[in-house]
Amino acid sequence: MERYIQAPISKEQIKELRAGDYVYITGTIYTARDAAHKRMYEALQKGEEIPFDLHDNIIYYLGPTPAREGQVIGSAGPTTSSRMDKYAPLLMQRGLSGMIGKGKRSPEVLSAIRENTCVYLAAVGGAGALLSKCIKESEVIAYEDLGTEAIRRLRVEKLPAIVIADCEGSNLYETAVEDYLNAHNNE
Amino acid sequence: MKKRSSEINCICKAGYRMRTINTNEIITALKEMCVEANLSLSPDMADRIHEAAEREDSELGSRILGQLCENMVIASEEQIPICQDTGMAIVFVKLGQEVHVEGMNLTDAINEGVRQGYTEGYLRKSVVNDPLIRTNTGDNTPAIIHYDIVPGDQLEIMIAPKGFGSENMSKLYMLKPADGIEGVKQAVIQTVRDAGPNACPPMVVGVGIGGDFEKSAILAKTALTRNTNEHSSLLHIAELEKELLVELNQLGIGPGGLGGKTTVLAVNIETYPTHIAGLPVAVNICCHVNRHVKRVL
Repeated sequence: MERYIQAPISKEQIKELRAGDYVYITGTIYTARDAAHKRMYEALQKGEEIPFDLHDNIIYYLGPTPAREGQVIGSAGPTTSSRMDKYAPLLMQRGLSGMIGKGKRSPEVLSAIRENTCVYLAAVGGAGALLSKCIKESEVIAYEDLGTEAIRRLRVEKLPAIVIADCEGSNLYETAVEDYLNAHNNE
Repeated sequence: MKKRSSEINCICKAGYRMRTINTNEIITALKEMCVEANLSLSPDMADRIHEAAEREDSELGSRILGQLCENMVIASEEQIPICQDTGMAIVFVKLGQEVHVEGMNLTDAINEGVRQGYTEGYLRKSVVNDPLIRTNTGDNTPAIIHYDIVPGDQLEIMIAPKGFGSENMSKLYMLKPADGIEGVKQAVIQTVRDAGPNACPPMVVGVGIGGDFEKSAILAKTALTRNTNEHSSLLHIAELEKELLVELNQLGIGPGGLGGKTTVLAVNIETYPTHIAGLPVAVNICCHVNRHVKRVL
């Protein structure tokens, strides 16, 4: 079903989300991809602070293109999530509530999603120009030296995404293709 | 001394003059081509996506393909790259052997064009200088350049910015001759199945069969740059392209990997002679943002 959700996202809201839901996200989210994850992970392991409070927050796996004059951000679609699999469980244990990316996750990430009441969403890969229109503000808040991989705080309005893995353990990637083939073959 | 070397460069044995191309022209062309490739797809690729959007029978799949169509319009109207992964710059150069390149070193000129295109064209810098230390080079160089020396007095340059979501799902198989055409098909199908949602389906599949280890991979990448309206001129290979397209779309992976009849938009295969003991098969996956721009100087 279609849902409108607010970010940061409450645990109550996460519990209502089901794999296959089409959601529009409004509010504040953060970008981080490979290099920023490695840095945050290493900082947490050393007991150091990281650039933003993870609690109830959503990370968008994104490295945008630079904005032209008059634009908030450049092209802004999701990158492949599996490269963040090594780091994601620790971030969820420390409060992270949601991730937006694309592609399959490891069994460890899927378990952490269940155990920590989190959600994994996919945005449409390769639709970066379209998705950039939902981003109303963008500010680099940390790791500026990483360029496109720096951490950005974004204000988004109705950013479209699909719930892939919900906190009850359903995983759309495991069921969608089979469901399509079954429906198609029965026609 | 300088005068003498320029005479040698410009006049062949029989007094035939070489055609001179200045590297400034090459730099400008590369710069423009980097930007052009990232803002709009070639007409054949746009056609494939529009056709798929009309044909798709999965509700979610059809919605995703509709977004991809809308995305192409926004990208070209507002000058926002189609995809934020504006790729590593893969450059195919066909240098006519009657061309004299004047100015700077040709490889440096190509990299300078890429540098200007990516820094001045608001494209993402996605290259790290060492695969293990991983510091961003800041200007998307170096490019990966494939040179070919060909007859004639023209310089053909093709740029194919390659995103790594799909590149990471590519594979190379050293099959046995006994595996034959069925083995090739299974290799391609397995690669696409494994790529699934990670490679941003619908995909374009470039296959290189034959040669040796690295030749097959270059063939696969070259195959991605061929117009998707065209089939191989070899009948048995054209047949294989058509069969694979049907079989891959029967996998049901669909747009975004969320089910549907559109998993693959095209299968392009290139071949080369190989060793009596070998059957190399490289499968280079590209997402629907299959970019390439060619210019002849």
